[in-house]
Amino acid sequence: MNSQHSSSRPNSSSLKSRFTLGFLRALKRLNRQPSSSSSSQPQTVSSPREMCRRYLRIRIAADASMASAVGSRRAWSRALLLKIRSRQSRSSNSSARRVSMKKKCLGEKIKKKKKLKCCKEIKKLRKFVPGGEAMDACSLLDEAGHYIRCLNTQVKVMTRIVDNYSAN
Amino acid sequence: MSSRRSRQSSGSPSIKDDQIIELVSKLRQLVPEIRDRRSDKVSASKVLQETCSYIRNLHREVDDLSERLSQLLATIDADSAEAAIIRSLIMQ
Repeated sequence: MNSQHSSSRPNSSSLKSRFTLGFLRALKRLNRQPSSSSSSQPQTVSSPREMCRRYLRIRIAADASMASAVGSRRAWSRALLLKIRSRQSRSSNSSARRVSMKKKCLGEKIKKKKKLKCCKEIKKLRKFVPGGEAMDACSLLDEAGHYIRCLNTQVKVMTRIVDNYSAN
Repeated sequence: MSSRRSRQSSGSPSIKDDQIIELVSKLRQLVPEIRDRRSDKVSASKVLQETCSYIRNLHREVDDLSERLSQLLATIDADSAEAAIIRSLIMQ
């Protein structure tokens, strides 16, 4: 089926199934949670605000399951998990501050080091890849490649799930 | 492989530039916009531009799918559908 080069690639089928199982479990959990704001309204009636909250939770769950399926061997998955966890624990601001301090120091190092030809585009790419601000150009490109592959898997699996749910 | 780690000017080729060229060519294979164009001469900045827009599109797709899922989630019974999904995905 997959006849592409597999030099440093993780086993894509198991990544897919890890993501699928984790994401479906998260969806189940989300479905079980009662709507927090309204107590008297029945669950079928959902306000736009409630829908927006649920959509955000699902998107975060998708990203979190993807990053967990990849594990900690990739910088982007580590950065993404850190971001999600620090967002969830908004009360404890200390961890978030620590991360931003690290980013500042590394950012200064990077500025002094090199002047590449495509500096502008690389700057842009940093914003799209999680954790990209703290990487040097080589790692950024490497991580971007892996990130794109995982995003493709994520889209495929989610499309399948949506089709399955809408068919039933 | 010995490389001078002294300050280098941006014009001179270095090992790092070669690495970057290799990584950029790997990215070219991943981004369908460039891969299907079949022209060998795509500049690195073009590749990076297309990579950025491709990632942006993928993010948008995930957002869209999450929204559809949130609408569907309210109306389905998760357990029965889940078994069917897992079966179909893992068997592929």
